[in-house]
Amino acid sequence: MVQSLGARLDASFAALSDATRRGVLQQLGRAEASITDLAEKFHMTLTGMKKHVGVLEEAGLVTTEKVGRVRTCKLGPRRLEEETAWIERYRQRWDARFEALDEVVEELQRKEKADGRK
Amino acid sequence: MDASRERELTPMKNRTRVERTSEREVVVTRTFNGPARIVFEAWTKPELLTRWWAPKSTGVSLLSCEADVRTGGRYRFVFGRGASKSMECFGRYIEVTPHSRLVWTNDEAGDGGPVTTVTFEEKGGKTLLVLRELYPSKEALDAAGTGMADGMCETFEQLDELLIALGAGVGRS
Repeated sequence: MVQSLGARLDASFAALSDATRRGVLQQLGRAEASITDLAEKFHMTLTGMKKHVGVLEEAGLVTTEKVGRVRTCKLGPRRLEEETAWIERYRQRWDARFEALDEVVEELQRKEKADGRK
Repeated sequence: MDASRERELTPMKNRTRVERTSEREVVVTRTFNGPARIVFEAWTKPELLTRWWAPKSTGVSLLSCEADVRTGGRYRFVFGRGASKSMECFGRYIEVTPHSRLVWTNDEAGDGGPVTTVTFEEKGGKTLLVLRELYPSKEALDAAGTGMADGMCETFEQLDELLIALGAGVGRS
């Protein structure tokens, strides 16, 4: 499924706007769980929890798999976060170098001017 | 809000932009407040490279920096924290055009390393620098981002986190 970055951001933020859904993500970060487990943990009906998990699944934050009669949920691929984090790490690495390079460039120019005056 | 006001008031902070232009290529652009020959000099003299290639904020320093910046010349950078040698970067310059273009290989990761091309374009006393890293495959580029190939910074950050988690005050003594 190919989605634009904007659409993926929208889906992620919508999914994360709800406290229960954030709780579900935290829970799944610790261990996989069935929809029944999650419904019990968050004191909800099975139908209510299915809806929340559906929203998280749509956003790619959770994947589910049905084995027999039990649907197991776990954290999804989270491609969006990985993608932006990847770019940001790369950017920070170069940005740190370039700030130091700014100083070297400035100093070389100062030196050149001073030498020129001699 | 506050952040945007600050941005308006801060004069001419040159931004570093990163774009992944294809599955195998990343492009970094940045303007420097100086002419191309000066910026080029800072990229080609080992004693100057040493001063910015491993900035303090990464916690890593260049223990040695050899760079024979000529077409066909080799370079070798040794990074470390304190006196302990931790990682080497090496390769070959495959193109050196004074004040305008540098191309080198990154051979420390075997066949997985990128070819780096840097161009220096002067405009009104400033220099627009464009750095392209072309990897042999999408997988190699992805790995670079997760710090497997060019990973010393991440490795040290992870080590820092681990040390903090363990409650050890290393590095502050």
